[in-house]
Amino acid sequence: MKRHLLSAADLTHDDAVLVLDTARELAAVSTREVKKLPTLRGRTVVNLFFEDSTRTRISFEAAAKRLSADVINFSAKGSSVSKGESLKDTAMTLQAMGADGVVIRHGASGAPHRLANSGWIEAAVVNAGDGTHEHPTQALLDAFTMREHLAGGEGDLAGRRVTIVGDVLHSRVARSNVLLLHTLGAHVTLVAPPTLLPVGVETWPCEVSYDLDAPLPDSDAVMMLRVQRERMGAAFFPSEREYSRRYGLDSRRAGMLPGHAIVMHPGPMNRGMEITAEVADGSRSVIVEQVTNGVSIRMAVLYLLLGGRS
Amino acid sequence: MPTRVLDQSDITRALSRIAHEILEREKGADNLVLLGIPSRGVPLAHRIAERIAAIEPGTAPPVGSLDITMFRDDLRLRPARALERTDVPAGGIDGRTVVLVDDVLFSGRSVRAALDALSELGRPRAVRLAVLIDRGHREFPIRADYVGKNVPTSLRESVQVRVAEIDGTDEVIIGEDA
Repeated sequence: MKRHLLSAADLTHDDAVLVLDTARELAAVSTREVKKLPTLRGRTVVNLFFEDSTRTRISFEAAAKRLSADVINFSAKGSSVSKGESLKDTAMTLQAMGADGVVIRHGASGAPHRLANSGWIEAAVVNAGDGTHEHPTQALLDAFTMREHLAGGEGDLAGRRVTIVGDVLHSRVARSNVLLLHTLGAHVTLVAPPTLLPVGVETWPCEVSYDLDAPLPDSDAVMMLRVQRERMGAAFFPSEREYSRRYGLDSRRAGMLPGHAIVMHPGPMNRGMEITAEVADGSRSVIVEQVTNGVSIRMAVLYLLLGGRS
Repeated sequence: MPTRVLDQSDITRALSRIAHEILEREKGADNLVLLGIPSRGVPLAHRIAERIAAIEPGTAPPVGSLDITMFRDDLRLRPARALERTDVPAGGIDGRTVVLVDDVLFSGRSVRAALDALSELGRPRAVRLAVLIDRGHREFPIRADYVGKNVPTSLRESVQVRVAEIDGTDEVIIGEDA
């Protein structure tokens, strides 16, 4: 494995399977009476969050604490960043404090890469979401959830068909998922209105469709993406009603899925927009499991990056 | 040059004797749990449990595995390693006599890690240690309760236990470390 986890593309097939296998063993820890391992005792993990995110931050925090690491939470609001401090100066502060691992969420695509590769710090860097670029631990927890349901929890996802629907343009989750699922041998179809597909999507290792009904009967998993209202300065579709009619997952569409198929959503959901409440709370939905698996995956990543000799 | 110190029938006899000794000293199999330390401790634990069940019909001591990777004291000296299975039998270990099973007892560091790992799982009434080979050179105040064979070695030698379940053959080899 590489020293940092910046992109889902950093993971080879064997690396990805190793992370998933490690997470599977670590999942058992969360069911024990003592939910703690001594492995990262004496190591410091800094959660460096320049963007709001409750679930990812607490997921990383829980993961680091279960491995006995010391956790420092740093959010940009109320910090010296709001006084105009640069990423470099923040990084040098972390270095001076002896951080062994930095988990970074940043609004600018590429910020984790800059942090990892500019020689400012020695810590291992984990990308917890950068702009519209990548969110590799989300892709790993999604792959883990799929593997548990579709592949008996072992090996890779060879031959499985995954449909990812919605706002691909603004989605770091979609990009990381396409890269990782491709590495694991799955076949991915992106479904979105043309306005919500990024430039160059034809170079991604996946298929693209504008019609949601077509791929559903062959899908083993369908992942609904959040319509990111906060990133939508311009109009990308005529109305929310039209969007949810053409690209929303309702009971009729969920009924077209094969019996074993699962419904996923990285959260937070806009109920009634990209997914109806009925489907989100239905028997195929694994949305709550995704959150649980997130802690195991992040434990695995922190262990593999920080647990051994650096 | 490599020397074979135990062959298949030697291993079978040693494990049978250990099974007898466990039954004798623990006064039956009622409260036993056998936990193998991966990878080769696990099949050895299963075999000892089978012997115990054969000696005292009607008993079937539960068998599990205990991964010690996260508890090792040399984690920082090597790149992060893949984890092995931890499998605790349904009845748990609280109040029971746990017999840890490993292939080779050397420095004692693995056993120390296993004792730490155990304490996260519960509170056994007692913990015993069974090993197929005791090669000496302890670095911790740890000894085995049940030993298949004591094999005096030099520090430059390596001891390899092979079991049919993993390696396709049963034997113990001593070689010169390259």
